[in-house]
Parts: sequence; structure tokens; C-alpha cells
Amino acid sequence: MSSNSVNEPLKLPWSLLRAGGRHGLSDAEKRDPIGLAVAALNRIASSDLLDSLGLRKASERSVYRVTSAGFRTAGNVGRTFARAGRATQGNRVPATRNTGLFDLTPSEDEQMLADVVGEFAQEVVRPAASDANEACAAPQEMLKASLEIGLPILGVPEELGGIATERSAMAGTLVHEALATGDMGLAVAALSPGAVATALSLWGTDEQQSTYLPAFTGDEVPAAALALSEPTALFDPTTPATVALAQGNGYVLNGVKSGVVRGADAELFVVGAELDGKPRLFIVESSADGITIESDPSMGLRAASLSRLVLKDVAVERIALLGDASDYLECVRFSRLAWCALAVGTGQAVLDYVTPYVKERHAFGEPIAHRQSVAFMVANIAIELQGMRLVTYKAASRVAQGLPAEREIALARRLCAERGMQIGLDGVQLLGGHGFVKEHPVERWYRDLRAIGVMEGAVLV
Amino acid sequence: MINLETPKKIRPLVDQAHQVAMNMLRPISRKYDEAEHSYPKELDMLAAMIDGISESGATGGAGAAGVRRDEKPEEKKGNKNGANLASVLSIMEMCWGDVGLLLSMPRQGLGNSAIASVANDEQQERFAGTWAAMAITEPGTGSDSANIQTTARKDGDEYVLNGEKIYVTSGDRADSVVVWATLDKSLGRSAIKSFVVKKDNPGMRVERLEHKLGIRASDTAVIMFTDCRVPAEDLLGSPEIDTKQGFAGAMATFDNTRPLVAAMAVGCARASLDLTREILTEAGVVIDYDKPAFSQSAAAATFLQLEADWEAAYLLTLQSAWMADNRKPNSMQASMAKAKAGRMGSDVTLRCVELAGTFGYSEVELLEKWGRDSKILDIFEGTQQIQQLIVARRVLGLSSAELK
Repeated sequence: MSSNSVNEPLKLPWSLLRAGGRHGLSDAEKRDPIGLAVAALNRIASSDLLDSLGLRKASERSVYRVTSAGFRTAGNVGRTFARAGRATQGNRVPATRNTGLFDLTPSEDEQMLADVVGEFAQEVVRPAASDANEACAAPQEMLKASLEIGLPILGVPEELGGIATERSAMAGTLVHEALATGDMGLAVAALSPGAVATALSLWGTDEQQSTYLPAFTGDEVPAAALALSEPTALFDPTTPATVALAQGNGYVLNGVKSGVVRGADAELFVVGAELDGKPRLFIVESSADGITIESDPSMGLRAASLSRLVLKDVAVERIALLGDASDYLECVRFSRLAWCALAVGTGQAVLDYVTPYVKERHAFGEPIAHRQSVAFMVANIAIELQGMRLVTYKAASRVAQGLPAEREIALARRLCAERGMQIGLDGVQLLGGHGFVKEHPVERWYRDLRAIGVMEGAVLV
Repeated sequence: MINLETPKKIRPLVDQAHQVAMNMLRPISRKYDEAEHSYPKELDMLAAMIDGISESGATGGAGAAGVRRDEKPEEKKGNKNGANLASVLSIMEMCWGDVGLLLSMPRQGLGNSAIASVANDEQQERFAGTWAAMAITEPGTGSDSANIQTTARKDGDEYVLNGEKIYVTSGDRADSVVVWATLDKSLGRSAIKSFVVKKDNPGMRVERLEHKLGIRASDTAVIMFTDCRVPAEDLLGSPEIDTKQGFAGAMATFDNTRPLVAAMAVGCARASLDLTREILTEAGVVIDYDKPAFSQSAAAATFLQLEADWEAAYLLTLQSAWMADNRKPNSMQASMAKAKAGRMGSDVTLRCVELAGTFGYSEVELLEKWGRDSKILDIFEGTQQIQQLIVARRVLGLSSAELK
């Protein structure tokens, strides 16, 4: 159905007679004479001519729009990353040690980190969430503040200027969860540079780490994005349509990536592409020729300024190839795990919001919480949320310990996609009509929670 | 440090339980499903073996053993993995073998759990080694166990019990029955006490055995108490009616037994998942953990969903047991585990029958049996709805008067 070509991103055949391929209509739809007349009338009604003739009050137009007329720009001409280091294996932190005991208590360091981030989420992130959703952008002050609490360097080895002394997947999971209790969209915006820094730390060569990581451990942390998704139905990250061809002393990339966080601001991308039949990661600097960023506002996560990254004959040097094919697969998994943690955080936000609401809201002379149909919905949110949390923690702890975790991550993803969405739905339902309006944040969480199971990449633990 | 793997020191016990389940329970599973009400004599040998293991200190309880929070302060500080975790993990394995047979295990009755939970030290010693069934439910009283009609009247050094109890698991086979009765109906739930009644008591009579949908290896009795005289020292715990403490004492048993029942559902469902995975694999279905579920066959996608729900129930169960081991109040978590495991158990076992088609529906295999056995686990020790009620009250901070 949809096309992935660079020239025509998602332009589908369209004619007056055939309605399909636009506006959510399938190709099976046909226009009859009345339909044709209505379609023509609609075109006139939406024409700018009416406005220029003063026939209609000019309506406000936002810059960042859902239509194809949204912005389209070249990649951010950011800093140059001075080459350094050698093409040998980079610095690696060791796996965490297992005590052999079942334990649900975070380590002291993890708890401290989660507390700090949780406070940040409540005091800085949550108050900024509604405006950021409207603006489709994260406020600069919040992004700056997120650097101060060390978000980008959580997964970077201590020896390279970061704070990780061992594999930080569990700490990362707790941080993602805590931040998402504030707002998922802003969390994704703030965590995106850290995803790239973590990828460089986990799979980078000495040269890649020496070239790119200093930017993330310094004061001016660049916007950066881990771009794995593509805008096709049934997208399978293990077989990306974006391709890389070895050419000369490097590679040439072609394709379209979607769900790219703050694409227009990003100075560095880690992009998934197929090379010789295997999925691989490539480091792409935003200043490269052939890069176009298109705004791609979506149902939710609006504060993350989701974009498409269009790669047309983008030439990169040999240094661009990050890790091997199995590292790519790990990247997909660890990213899915990070999304699960975000789902748990947002699910907790829903639970914490509806709990006092149903006790205060009265109907038929008593709080609606006194009715089992309402109370049981809240109970089920609590039960499923804790299940999501434990399954996610188990996967994260296995990753931290260096144990195989593909099964656990897959199960966490299935559970969080399914049950997380249900929590979003029930959150709105419990507030009734009030849940449907933007006066309350539950409608935003509902939209955000649909991202789980849809998004690949963007965040990483 | 967060770690949700099976504890190293409990792994040998789990392996042992798995071998017992595989080599002792599975071979007789269908036999006693068909021969309802006949005593699984094989279990006597097994019980003797388990006793031997327990005495040697090699296990922390291999069956539905009692779980107890010691009053004595622990010497060891920090994270504990103790009898509660060991119990749920071994019960999962045994129920992977057969839920009905696990429930029929001599000296491992739910009454033993009650004794372990509320009896004083002297009683613990006196009742050690007894096989105790549990009698709570009455014809007119199911989930609202505070509404018990069976009476206990003090007469000298004895209590005199009168009433009818139903759904008493192992009620015919056990050595004794822990009976819940009220000392004074007008004082409500705080007057409800439990009594250990020995099998040879002439005032106690097993009326009949039920014919059931599942767990047919386990006998389920209707028991009549007619002027049944019980020594006063066989009242478990304190004879005082403490209106402040209310129902809490009696209900404390449930905090300990609910994780066990959740573990039963987890074990039974895993039996279904294990077999179904093999059946699907033989049928050419590939279950891939990395590929999106929607890009796989519907059967594989369904399986992934079931396994994800199973994993959640499994970990909620371990959480509630771990909290008990570490003496954290776990009433809500126990109910969460029971609610999730109960509904997961039905969903998983019934879906697995569906996935396996008429092969799964047939008595040739055990899938259909697990589809029947699992249902009771969402009912006894508090139905799905009771668990939701408990969780809701806790989460919302509402009393039982506010949220009825």
C-alpha cells in the first residue's frame, strides 16, 4: 500500500473518482455523483481563495501541522564532531553481579536516582506537559534541567565521563519509569540524547566513543535520536527497508525513518539500515548531504516533536557503522524495554490521578468509588500495572546481569502494549466526559500509551 | 539489588518438586481424574518421602505447608528468601504436575496453613504431623465468611459446635478439620474463631462427597457438626473476643494461603503452556520473541500474549511470598496475585485447549483436564471478585462499609 521511496514519502494514487489512500479511506471507496459534488464543494470551502477575497475570517494556523504542509527542512547544521581515537573496541562496563537472592529492593544508588528523577518529574515535567503537548515541543529550560540530573550520561562509562560503573539497564528502567510519571512525551524528549550516548557506550569502538561521546558528557549536549522505526504497516525492525551500500571508503544510506525524536534539532542520529542483508546501526551526523527532516506529529508523544528522517543518497564514512548485527538486535530489545518502563510510569500517573478523583466525584449521593464497577476498574489498573512493572523489572535485571533477556523483553512488551493501553482507556473512562477534555491529563496519557507496542527505537536502557 | 530470578538456594527444591511432579503425579493424573473419590494411595509414599526431606532440613516446605511469621526478631538483617518463597515455588512445580493431587497431599492441607498461621506455640507442637482440612464455607455463606452460622458454645472445658460445612477439601481423608464457628453471632466477625476437630469426634459426620468439574482427585466433603464437643485448648489462637482486632486474626490465614492458590494457578497454566508450545511447534508454528507478534501467525501471537500474562501472574505471586518472607504487610499483594493468577489460569488453559483443537479437547491429552482444574483456582480462598474488592479497598483507602 504505502510507499517508502525517498522521492514520494507516503504519496498514494489519488484521483477525484478514487477516494482511497487519503483521509483514512481505503481503496475500496468509490465516489458516486453526489460524493463528487460534495468533494468539489469541500475543495472550494477549504480553498485559500475564500480567505484572500476576505470571504472568511482567517483562521489561526499553527506552524506544526498534521497535514503534509508541515515543515520540511534539511538536517540541523550542528557542530562538527572531531575524529579521535582508534578503531579498536571501546570502553565497556561490566555486568552487575548477582547476589543469588530474589529481591525487589533497588540498590541505594538506584533508589536515589529514581527519587531525584521522580521529584523532577512531579515538579518540572508535569507542570510543563500540557503546554508542551500543544506546542509539540519540549521547553528548553526543562531540557537543560534534565542535563543537570545526568540523564544523558546514565549509560556512559565513568571512564568516559559518564556515571556508569556497571551495566545500567535497571537504573535506566527506574529512571524511565520515574520520568514518565511526569509526562511520557517530555520524558522521551529528555531521554533521547541518552539513548544515543548509551548506544555508543554499549557498542561503539574507541574511535566512535572518542569522537562522539565528549559532546554528551559536556555542557552543551546535542539533541540526538535513535531512529529505528519506519512508517509502514507491520514494520519489523529486524528487516528494515532502509538500506546501506558499501561505497568507497564508507556507506551510502537510503530510506525513511519515523518516530525520530526532535528530528529538526538533532545533531546526531543512530539509524537502523540493512547492510548485506543484515540489519545494522549507523551513526549519521545531521549535517550530511541528502538528509531531510519532515515534521510527523502523531496521536501522542507530541512534546517529543516526532519527525521523519528522509535519507537520500546520504554518504557516511567508515566510522559510521556501529556494532554488529547482533548488537542491532540488542538495541531493538533494550529500546523496547525502555518503552515498557515508560508505560509503567504513565500507568502509575493514571492510577495516581484517578484514585482521588473517583473518591471526590459524587453521583447518586455518594462518591463513585463506593460502586464496585468503578472500584474494580481501579483495582484492575493497580493489578495489571504491578504485573507490568514486575515483568519489566525482571527483564531489566536480566539485561543488567548480562543474562539472555529476549523472552522477558518480548513478554514485557506484549503485556505493556496490551495492558498499558487498557489503563489509558480506563483512566479516561473513569473520568467520563471530564476525561475526554484537555482540562485533565488523562486524555494525553491515553494518546501516549498507544505508543507502546508501536514505537521502536527513540529510547534505550 | 533488584533480581527476580529463582533464588539459588531454592533451585534444588524446585528441581526436586519438578521431578516428583513429572514422575509421580503426571502418571496418575488421568487415573484419579476418572476415579473420583478413590484415594490416591500413591501419595502416602510420596508424603513419607517429603517428610523425610523436610526432616533432613533440605527443603523449606514441599507442599501446601503452613507459612508463618515468627514473632521472634530475626538475627539476620536484610533481604530474606524463606519458607514462603520456597512454598510457592514448589507448589508451582507440583501443580504443573497435578493440582488435584497436590491438594490431596497428606499432612499438607489448608487447615495446616491455618494452624501454622494462627496457632500458639503449644498448639503448633501438639498439632505437628496432623493432616488438617479447612472448613469455612456453609450452604448460605460463601464469600461473606463473616456471616458464618455454625456456632460454638462454651460448656465447661469444652466448646460445643453445631452447623453444616461444605466444600471441605480432603474433608474425608484428613485426620482433623479446622472449623470456623462463631462464639456469639451478635458480636459479628470478631467472634469468629477456628477449632481443630479430630476425625474420630462422634459429633462430626461426613455427609457426602461432591462430584466436580475439575480437581477430581481431591475430595470435597459436606460435613455436619451436631453437638460436637471440642476441648477448649483446641481453639486456635486467643479465645478472647477482641472487637478491635475484629476479623483480622482469622483473615490473616488468607494472606498466607492466597499466594499458595495463586501459585497453583501459575503451575497449572504452565503445564498448559509447555505442552501447547510443543504441539504448536510440531504443527510448524514458530514463536519468535523478536519479530512483532502481528508479523507472526495468529497462534504464535496468541501464545505470546498468554505467556506474557502468565509471567505477570508468576511474578506477582513471587512478590507476595517474598514480602511475607521479609515481614512486609502483603494483604493487597496477595490479593493482586490471586486475582491475576486466577483469571490468567482460566484464560491460559482454555485458550490452550482452543489452540490445540479437538486434540486439546480430547481426553487423550491433559489439556482439557487443566482447562477444568483451573476454574476452581479463581473461586476458592476468595473469588476473583473478592480479591478485586480487597485490592480496591486498599488502593482507594475505603472501609468495607464504604465499599461494599
